[in-house]
Amino acid sequence: MSEGRGDVVLEAVDLVKHFPVKHGLFQPARHVHALDGVSFALKRGETLAIVGESGCGKSTLAKCLMRLDEPTGGRVVLLGDDITHLAKGALRGLRRHMQIVFQDPYASLNPRWSIGSIVADPIRLHEKVSRDERRRRVAELLETVGLDPGFADRHPHELSGGQRQRVAIARALAVNPSVIICDEPVSALDVSIQAQVINLLKRLQARLGIAYLFISHNLALVEHISDRIAVMYLGQVVELADTRSMRRELLHPYSKALFSAAPVADPDASARRTRIILTGDVPSPVDPPGGCRFRTRCPWKQDRCAAESPALRAVGDRLVRCHFAGDAGFPAPVS
Amino acid sequence: MSAVLEVADLAVRFRTTRGTVNAVDGLSFAIGEGETVALVGESGSGKSTAALAMLRLIADPPGRIASGRILFEGRDILGLREEELREVRGGRIAMIFQDPMMALNPVYTIERQIGEVLALHAGMGREARAKEVVELLRLVGVPAPAERARQYPHNLSGGMRQRVMVAMALACKPKLLIADEPTTALDVTVQAQVLDLIQSLKDRFGMAVLLITHDLGVVAETAHRVIVMYAGRKVEEGTTAQIFKDPRHPYTKGLLEAAKWEEVEGAMLREIPGAVPSPFDMPKGCAFSPRCGAVQPRCRESAPPLAEVAPGRPVACFVAQEGRP
Repeated sequence: MSEGRGDVVLEAVDLVKHFPVKHGLFQPARHVHALDGVSFALKRGETLAIVGESGCGKSTLAKCLMRLDEPTGGRVVLLGDDITHLAKGALRGLRRHMQIVFQDPYASLNPRWSIGSIVADPIRLHEKVSRDERRRRVAELLETVGLDPGFADRHPHELSGGQRQRVAIARALAVNPSVIICDEPVSALDVSIQAQVINLLKRLQARLGIAYLFISHNLALVEHISDRIAVMYLGQVVELADTRSMRRELLHPYSKALFSAAPVADPDASARRTRIILTGDVPSPVDPPGGCRFRTRCPWKQDRCAAESPALRAVGDRLVRCHFAGDAGFPAPVS
Repeated sequence: MSAVLEVADLAVRFRTTRGTVNAVDGLSFAIGEGETVALVGESGSGKSTAALAMLRLIADPPGRIASGRILFEGRDILGLREEELREVRGGRIAMIFQDPMMALNPVYTIERQIGEVLALHAGMGREARAKEVVELLRLVGVPAPAERARQYPHNLSGGMRQRVMVAMALACKPKLLIADEPTTALDVTVQAQVLDLIQSLKDRFGMAVLLITHDLGVVAETAHRVIVMYAGRKVEEGTTAQIFKDPRHPYTKGLLEAAKWEEVEGAMLREIPGAVPSPFDMPKGCAFSPRCGAVQPRCRESAPPLAEVAPGRPVACFVAQEGRP
């Protein structure tokens, strides 16, 4: 990573988010540890993917970055400004630099508004421009995302899922953001439509230099679209590296299990590869295991994993949160 | 291999205020003993409707099985009386769904729900049932099964609920398991566990599986044969190896290309343009023609019938039938 700080558009520093859980009168207060010390820096024009299973904190991360949820600790830095404690008014001004596209295009568009008003809304909020100018910009935005400008007069219910997601992307683009957080942007869409939306996102990035924080559970898709990948487990980043390095090898036992479990659409490849089948479920984030959080499911756990929680440390070209990652012969092949 | 299930010319129609929809149209296929057949398609392809029709679970009205035969162990499901049908449902044919929370009753304990199946289909007494339930939960890999049996669905995680549903489906050692997107709501590591479980139980009891999914990865890993559906019709069928290595229908080809994420690093994905047509506004001729790269004038005139392009390879495409690429 030779680029200077100036290239960083969005930074998370040691982000923590704990949600209180309802508890009885004489019971101690308990918390869901949704995020526990998550840090990363997203560079201009880059795609950083956050992958992990339910409960790993990836969606909470998106909300904390957007300040839709207030982080319990840590900082969010957008274009050099610390926005963690910014008041609502000042925050609104900065939000134009960071937009979000949600998973469900059926829920994220107001059904009563026309497509034109939906796409024009951020422009109306952030810029003082005439109605005609807004209309012109909306037409241009719709064309950018591959929709006929005539769609401006239609309503969300008249559109297919893929078309709605294009509208959500047009709305995010309306104020020329530096960062778009994509929270599972294609998982509600059919396979043939997913490819259309992914290609659109890539074309826009090449043209406009937008950075994407791409949250997904689809590992094959993540390998395709991202420059770097961060794997999360129970509120922590357990491995972060260039996508190319990740393709070559995975060092954290959880990353290995996660990527090996993803089904591959190739009967030969699936017969060849060794799957690591984890036992048990993800533990509750209310009471995450002490020591290494993955130790309750790790096929290679040792005594030290319970006694001492591993730090996120540099191993070769990446960051890994495991005591033994990078050691010769670790992890031993599973039988 | 003798067929456990034989479906011939099945048609399911839905009556709506906007007109009649042919959700499934002229579907025929067979499943052999111990075989896993995958019904693959996108939303609106009719795959889930077809699955529901196997057990006559289509809500009527608005739906109706308009024609066809569904032969299970030699008897036509469509001709069965209600009592006979009840014996088949959950007994000889079991079904699991995408969302276990919808299929489990939230106010009954796990023991009571699985026990009900055993009482209905196996006529077991109370004590035998309690023992069998714990045994079944152990079989599907639920830890502390005796304790779990006394809990309610909301006490369990998504993966555990799906296991309970599998346990319930297997309670009567069915001959056929219909699994409608059984792992779509699960995380990948849990999905791997559940698919593994279905596979091992299949081997153990020699059960056949009809798998309904949109996930080509899951298909590649579990199915023997694949039926590709588009807009209510079967457009192609073949063994899993044939479909993945030598797809003949342009839609199948496009679907496989669109999912080849990892092989085109940096490059754009191959898209299928457009979207699945609305059932109220079906194109004339081949339903795929507006999105097809190989389209010819006659594809827009008449719908291509299914015809074998090679032994055991029916394909509904004029271009594929002429053997052109």
